[in-house]
Amino acid sequence: MDGSQALKLSCKHVWSYISDYIDDSVSAEERAAIEEHLEHCEICSAILDSVHNILVLTADERIFHLPIGYSDRLHARIEAALRGGESPSSLPER
Amino acid sequence: MLIRGLRPPLRDETENVMAVTAASPGACLPERGCSRTMTESSELDLIARILNGEEHLFHELIRPCERTAYMAAFGVLKNQADAEDVAQEATIKAFRALKSFRGEAKFGTWLLSIVLNEARGKLRQRSRMPLESLDGKPEEQEDFTPFPLADWREIPSEFLERAELQKRIETAIEELIPSYREVFLLRDKEERSIEEIAQIVGVSTALVKVRLFRARMALQKQLAPYLKQQIGGRRKRFSWMGARP
Repeated sequence: MDGSQALKLSCKHVWSYISDYIDDSVSAEERAAIEEHLEHCEICSAILDSVHNILVLTADERIFHLPIGYSDRLHARIEAALRGGESPSSLPER
Repeated sequence: MLIRGLRPPLRDETENVMAVTAASPGACLPERGCSRTMTESSELDLIARILNGEEHLFHELIRPCERTAYMAAFGVLKNQADAEDVAQEATIKAFRALKSFRGEAKFGTWLLSIVLNEARGKLRQRSRMPLESLDGKPEEQEDFTPFPLADWREIPSEFLERAELQKRIETAIEELIPSYREVFLLRDKEERSIEEIAQIVGVSTALVKVRLFRARMALQKQLAPYLKQQIGGRRKRFSWMGARP
């Protein structure tokens, strides 16, 4: 595609693509247009950086960490069910 | 930190991973989530053995899924104790119903749909209110314009040592409406694919993307002003362009 036909995006369009862009689920043409816009738009690139940064922080183990002992209690519960004679094969099929 | 393979890697992140890993082992784990450490065939083999009497192997089947089961329940209930109860109940239900698992989806996807059903049931029981009215805002009434920024300086993960910062992020996620929070946690905490989330939640992939977009924008709007104050100073830009392989 030559320059005259290239997709041009407004800031609002870029915002609407941010989530899909982060997930890499935009088309090659959209990606090129977004990146072309980002190169020249400090505001949109700052917004994109902030969203990405927030996702990195929220993915951290320290955010909503598992309760201490959760796994042990879960497996103790499974063990209790097994020792209590529970069995998937004894149940009728749904 | 590379949240998932699809996300464009950032040059600055590599430094952060090194720094955080050194400072706090376990803070940056490899990919998480159900069935990621088990191939589909080995999962089916394991299920067949459980159904043939080796029931103790259910421990191994559930192990890769246990974290996500809790997080999915927490996404609905916003309460640690309730989320743990629901994750346990759903796990036992999955064990009892294992014979009905047909292998059309991954075991983890199937388990998480049971977890979500349990969690929604508990929420209805607890609140006696329709699910979507719990936070008072129908989806359409939200404003999804991001908080405008002239620049952004990266907040490194080490800042999460600050309890106040952790709390602000957790509160912002808790304040998302339930349908956004479910999708957000499954995608951005538990790294599930859009397609898998659609199966778990029982909606289209298009709706998952809409909810995810809105959740992320709502969090940006809520958190960016606060986070910007935390670090201040000059801009340190991410390098998006040309960073992908």
